[in-house]
Amino acid sequence: MTALAPIPPKSSVDEQPRNRHYVARGRVSTIVTHLCVIIGVLLSIFPFYWLIVMSTSTTGEIFGYPPKLTFGSSFLENVRNVVSSVDLLQALVNTIIVSTLCAVLVMFFDSLAAFAFAKFDFPGRKWLFVLLIATMLVPGSLSLVPSFILMSALGWVGTLQALIVPGAANAFGIFLLRQMAAGSIPDELVESARIDGAGFFTTYWRVGVPLLRGGLAFLGIFTFIAAWNDYVWPLIVLVDPDRQTLQTSLQNLNSVYLTDYGMVMAGALISVIPLIGVFIIGSRHFIANIAAGAIKG
Amino acid sequence: MSAIAPEHPSAAERDPRARRRKKLREVLPLYVAISPFYLLFAVFGLFPILFSIVLSLTDWDGMGDISFVGLAQYQFLLADGRFWNAVGNTFIIWFLSTVPMLFLAMVIAFLLHQNIRFTKFYRVAFFLPNVTSMVAMAIVFGSVFSDTFGLVNSALTALGLDTVPWLSSPWGIKLTIAMMVIWRFTGYNAIIYLAGLQSIPTDMYDAAKVDGASMRQVFFRITVPMLRPIILFTVITSTIGGLSLFTESQVLLGNSGGAGEAGMTIVLYQYNQAFTQFDFGYGSAIAWALFLIAAVFAIINWRLVSGRGDDAAPRISRKKEARR
Repeated sequence: MTALAPIPPKSSVDEQPRNRHYVARGRVSTIVTHLCVIIGVLLSIFPFYWLIVMSTSTTGEIFGYPPKLTFGSSFLENVRNVVSSVDLLQALVNTIIVSTLCAVLVMFFDSLAAFAFAKFDFPGRKWLFVLLIATMLVPGSLSLVPSFILMSALGWVGTLQALIVPGAANAFGIFLLRQMAAGSIPDELVESARIDGAGFFTTYWRVGVPLLRGGLAFLGIFTFIAAWNDYVWPLIVLVDPDRQTLQTSLQNLNSVYLTDYGMVMAGALISVIPLIGVFIIGSRHFIANIAAGAIKG
Repeated sequence: MSAIAPEHPSAAERDPRARRRKKLREVLPLYVAISPFYLLFAVFGLFPILFSIVLSLTDWDGMGDISFVGLAQYQFLLADGRFWNAVGNTFIIWFLSTVPMLFLAMVIAFLLHQNIRFTKFYRVAFFLPNVTSMVAMAIVFGSVFSDTFGLVNSALTALGLDTVPWLSSPWGIKLTIAMMVIWRFTGYNAIIYLAGLQSIPTDMYDAAKVDGASMRQVFFRITVPMLRPIILFTVITSTIGGLSLFTESQVLLGNSGGAGEAGMTIVLYQYNQAFTQFDFGYGSAIAWALFLIAAVFAIINWRLVSGRGDDAAPRISRKKEARR
């Protein structure tokens, strides 16, 4: 389906030179289109701009009227205040650990299962896959309370593994990678690996992983961002004030030091910047895959 | 070795027990490969769900003995004004956010589909709100819409208009939360619609042009019906997201849901009951009520979106027949 996408640009290029009047009208409408889009983009970007303005201003400047719309010079002071109020650096380290481990585990376990489902036959394959898809329909909020009780029975309340282990493999990623593997890994390659005497795991590592690199990159970034932003579950399970993630730590900062806006905003900025970096690096893969997932799903 | 095996069946393959053992050796790694998900789901997915059914029939605070109370939690829920207030709030916020959001997303997708330049940059810019943490952005929105010093009220004052008590009035609270949702998810939905637009074959548009169809006719008779499954997808994801709204309210207004609980959503109420009041039984009952509401809503959505599309499709063909 997506293979058809390159056709539209060609036809419009053909049409334009034919009729001068058409070209002129096209130019006006192009400018209008850009203007509309740019207004939308500004609205999308503005809260980030405003976050930077506030995190570089003193609280007095933020409360002032008329509001100051340009960057201030108090960023380092605000950051110093954040660091002395809550252990945001420890929270940052915790978040990086959780997000990275989640991403790596999900990439590994999901691709392993996806490769088996896509390229091999075994008894029960079909209904196991149907079962897998059915689990995606179960809403997460249903199990918040019993999951907490389970974690306390395991003695995991307040620990980072409570955030990592339950999400180490997920149905979404297996489904996604299975679709990709079915389409992009030729049966001949898998067959010839088998003839060469390679077992399943060798074939997975030598044939599956290299050919699924694109999908794995997307799944890794997706999981990393989702784990980074996760809020409800860490809020419930991380009861120890010394062991928090960025999101819960930021909320503590926000509710305790409500009056020092400059400082709270500096904390918010710290929690957002690494994520934006990861997104922009992987944005091409990311956006294309999000869209493709919706079309095929 | 195995390539010649079918021609000269070895001793091992002639013996059924050995063959079964060989087959097992072949499929065993496959089960090992798929097992992590199923094991994790059994422990951290299925078990909690079954356990929450049991919990919802009890009156338990997490300590001491569990006492079964039958359906008393559900009876209480049906008569609980705070729960129904949360249900009402959730639906109002869902409606206030989803309708403008999907409309704007469609407009943006339509504009980005016009073969303009910088589309790649625009897509990233529109998608950015979706990947940033809601906690940080709820704090930003809280200050932008602040009653006293917020940017929005400052702008209203500068224009000589009355300020709006965004964070202390029932409608102000709901509008602010709805705007956060719109801000965060419009770009996401626009990207999805854009991909849908790009998958519509261009010869359909060419045929419409030949038939002399206007832009409006093209949009409502071709674009919308062709996008129907994708619109359904976005409506369903928006509904699931809207019904599980939590972070926006909790960060903006705290565990109480703001003045008069005007920003109390269903999941926030569940969190409130289960983890600030430690009423695990009632918290579980609320979770199941939400599940039921979500299921009913998904079915209604499905009916509405797919039903309207079925009417539209034959209309195109009838129009074409008439013109001929």
